[in-house]
Amino acid sequence: MNNFSNRIYVIAGIFILVVLVFIIRLLNLQIIDESYKLSAENNSQRQVTQFPARGLIYDRNGKLLVYNQAAYDLMIIPRQVKQFDTIDLCNLLGIDKKDALKQIAKAKKYSYRKASIFLKQLSSERYAVLQEKLYKFPGFFVQPRTLRKYPRQSAAHALGYLREVNNKEMKNDSYYSQGDYIGKSGIERTYEKELRGEKGVEIFWVDVYNRIKGSYKDGKFDKPPVSGKNLYSTLDIGLQEYGELLMSNKKGGIVAIEPNSGEILAKISSPAYDPEMFVGRAMNQNYKRLVQNDSLKPLFDRSMMALYPPGSVFKLINALIGLQEKVITPATRFECHNGYHVGNFTMKCHSHASPLDLIHSIQLSCNAYYANVFRSILEYPKYGSVQNGFKVWRKHVLSFGFGNKLGADLPNELNGFIPTTDYYKKKYRRENWRALNVISLAIGQGELLITPLQMANMVATIANRGYYYIPHIAKYFGDGELIDAKFMKRKQTSIDSVYYKPVIDGMEEVISGGEGSTGRLAAIPGIRVCGKTGTVENPHGDDHSVFVAFAPRENPKIAIVVYVENGVWGARYGAPIAGLMIEKYLRGEISQSKKWLEKRMIEADLIHKKKE
Amino acid sequence: MTRRTNLLKSLDWWTILLYALLVFLGWVNIYAAVYNEGHQSIFDISQRYGKQLLWIGAAGFIAIIILIIESKFFSAFAYPTYLFMLLLLISVLIFGRDVKGARSWFEFGAIRFQPAEFAKFATCLAISRYVTQYNFKIHKIKSLFISSLILFTPMALIVLQGDAGSALVYSVFLLVLYREGLSGIVLFLGFLAALLFIFTLLWSKLTILLLILSVSLIAAKLSGLKWKNFGLGILIMGAFSSLIWITGKILNLHFSSYFIVIVSMVLCIIPFLFFTYKQKLRNVAWIILISFCSLFYSFSVGYIFSNVLEQHQRTRINELLGIESDPYGAGYNVAQSKIAIGSGGFTGKGFLNGTQTKFKFVPEQSTDFIFCTVGEEWGFVGATVVLLLLLTLILRLLILAERQRSSFSRVYGYGVACILFFHLAVNVGMTLGLAPVIGIPLPFFSYGGSSLWSFTILLFIFLRLDANRLELLR
Ligand SMILES: [Zn+2]
Repeated sequence: MNNFSNRIYVIAGIFILVVLVFIIRLLNLQIIDESYKLSAENNSQRQVTQFPARGLIYDRNGKLLVYNQAAYDLMIIPRQVKQFDTIDLCNLLGIDKKDALKQIAKAKKYSYRKASIFLKQLSSERYAVLQEKLYKFPGFFVQPRTLRKYPRQSAAHALGYLREVNNKEMKNDSYYSQGDYIGKSGIERTYEKELRGEKGVEIFWVDVYNRIKGSYKDGKFDKPPVSGKNLYSTLDIGLQEYGELLMSNKKGGIVAIEPNSGEILAKISSPAYDPEMFVGRAMNQNYKRLVQNDSLKPLFDRSMMALYPPGSVFKLINALIGLQEKVITPATRFECHNGYHVGNFTMKCHSHASPLDLIHSIQLSCNAYYANVFRSILEYPKYGSVQNGFKVWRKHVLSFGFGNKLGADLPNELNGFIPTTDYYKKKYRRENWRALNVISLAIGQGELLITPLQMANMVATIANRGYYYIPHIAKYFGDGELIDAKFMKRKQTSIDSVYYKPVIDGMEEVISGGEGSTGRLAAIPGIRVCGKTGTVENPHGDDHSVFVAFAPRENPKIAIVVYVENGVWGARYGAPIAGLMIEKYLRGEISQSKKWLEKRMIEADLIHKKKE
Repeated sequence: MTRRTNLLKSLDWWTILLYALLVFLGWVNIYAAVYNEGHQSIFDISQRYGKQLLWIGAAGFIAIIILIIESKFFSAFAYPTYLFMLLLLISVLIFGRDVKGARSWFEFGAIRFQPAEFAKFATCLAISRYVTQYNFKIHKIKSLFISSLILFTPMALIVLQGDAGSALVYSVFLLVLYREGLSGIVLFLGFLAALLFIFTLLWSKLTILLLILSVSLIAAKLSGLKWKNFGLGILIMGAFSSLIWITGKILNLHFSSYFIVIVSMVLCIIPFLFFTYKQKLRNVAWIILISFCSLFYSFSVGYIFSNVLEQHQRTRINELLGIESDPYGAGYNVAQSKIAIGSGGFTGKGFLNGTQTKFKFVPEQSTDFIFCTVGEEWGFVGATVVLLLLLTLILRLLILAERQRSSFSRVYGYGVACILFFHLAVNVGMTLGLAPVIGIPLPFFSYGGSSLWSFTILLFIFLRLDANRLELLR
């Protein structure tokens, strides 16, 4: 009936061919190509980071120093953001539309796929309101975080603070992602790894609007976060707070160490700041204010980073080296007539009885005595040259931990400076400079630079009669784990322990030697305190007051150094403050007879006096 | 009563079974696509699956009515139905409701209805009626013109409604006409034109030029052209090109290189046609003509596209072809659709377990992209079964069409099969990323009353005609 009836085969052939192509395509999409399955997973899962609680920090007596408080960050994943009512969101958050758009642009610049922070640290109230309406804003979600809280406004420098990680830190350690916090200074920085714990992850199903639809495979692939370890620090917060009180309105630093363990009992840098200033949204503002607009540099940790010449305190070291090298004995006497005179060279001294033996040279801090001692060491014929003598001297000095970082568990430690023969060769442009060229080293002046921490360590070493433990601020972790073994290792100086006795005798005379003793104000009734005053020459104004001490004389419990900038001399501020600190630590309170001194110290204002 | 039993006996129950199966599967998948825990009952009328059940019930009612109608009615009232449908298409342009930029819906209270869907069976009836008239001769200009008019009028009206996708369906009648004796060359040319249209918009001018040249050279070689004639041809063309170039230099006109190539090709055609005519290489002459025409066609498409069309029209076409890579536009949909299907694997994730579907990553999940749900939840096995079911139905229709004594029934049957095929090819091709994103439904599967009813009417009219296959209809 129709001669085209065989065209059904052509048409049916086309139909079959097309369906065949589809089946082959299905085969490829569904069975051969695995990538679509992965995409599907990525599409519909959201990995929500579970932040661990950061470890708490306690003082040596178990008093809480740092804890956590919940906060909520609003996060954004630009790729998932759809059209939304910007004004509605801004009203919910109480922010400007302009800022919101800026944040979105910033997030896009960082990554389309990765989450970044849209708004930091929402209050719990805002969070509650927002949570209800979050479904209206696809691509946004809330990330709980913890903020640090400080029950006491103390020890800011020692504890350190947290800041958001920067790009470099994220690059160096893949653990961190944008918006994470990292310890930037103090304990928070050194023990970052222990305190932070391990982030966990929880996987959820989400729909295209990014709404959570349930747990992925019943949480089989979730990883719970591991809480950070609690840290027990060596600080005695009572002592710390007392030190900060004594140092109010003064610039300077205090470091107190337990000699038989190297544990740092107090570490004060004045002026201090409230650790709360570095928490929350005001942080950046406060940071700028403290760094840029405060001439007192409160962020500068004077206890660790201030480099001072040691002044007269360094005479103790020269006495020990002199005894060890046998250029003197405790009975050796030197003359002093208001100074040390060689030819037309003079090093001045105050007027006192003459001649003096070793013990009284320490008590009266005689410059001439130590010029003689130092010169004797350098010019000792046994060494052949002043330079060789100097090298011997320097080796002894370094054995006290000077000139290099001690290796404490605190960031920002400095080397300090002990000059070398090469240094003087360059300075004097000749190989064979003479002992008189460097004679100021005898009384702790000249090129020497030492940090308060190193100085405190020196006092602890003398208190121990010849050894020290690297000063440290962490005692142990909450789970009982101990700190680094290096802090348990005794470091021996190159001075034999027998030579410490006469020096310590001298140090005791400084406090309780009667007439002429420079450290009388550090005396504590009933406790044998040993100390030494010092004055650091300051070309910019009043000299700095230094005082070192340890007590009790037998079985010392505390070694301390006090620097008070512009404190004129060691006796005026250094000694009383050191004495009060020691008494506070050993007795827990200040005896009635010294209350007047305590009051005077607290009230002394060396910062604002110039303006009057 | 006997007539009724006869009807029941002579109905093709295989087709009805396939139809019922597909509609049922469609409904189940719509349930899965819009499934949510709040409304778990599959009969919940507030949800799409509940509504679809209503549409299915109505479709059954419509089917029964059609089966009751005397079969002669359909051929007798083919033209009035067609004209009535044209009237509806015109009035929807005036009174219709805007939905997503297309004015193609009528709205009566809660019921919405899309005339374009129903224009399909009316047009199919009309073309069947016309093609089987005594004076119809397929290669007569007048016959071709009138049949084109029957097809292009609803097509143009639907394009005016802003629903270019539905309009494209009518191009499938080329296949029907082919069955009725239209030269295969026309089919081939139609195919070529569609292909070139897409390529022109997808690729650069130079690529198209090289494509056409190389295809025609290979064809010419296969048709017996000798190598030395190639050389001669290229030599002549080179000569013309340099001549035009020099002329341009002398007259200080700036001819583009395309212009030079095209003009020299035009000039070449004349001596070459003459040469092939003398050499009795008729096929080569055809090839040259066709390639020249396709070149011209391609360039005019390109020209019209970039110089005549306005920006929003360009955007629409680009979206159609998936060129515009708006992450939330057409490209996004196809990518998500491929992910959903691809993640199904061999046996799928299981009923209601599709994550991509359930969490609405794929847009238009229950309508245009319903095949994604099949692919994701039932995997390769399920998707293939659905494809084969649809193919079986379509092939069954072709076989039924061939057994008709009445040409009217046969042409109509082919029309039904071809329309179903076009929908299948474009819809599934789209979800698999093989065809441009054209929003047309998958027959019997996609959610929506209009499309389900339209396919039901289309199919059951044919089944009614088939039941009387031994009669000759006039
Ligand atoms: Zn003297």
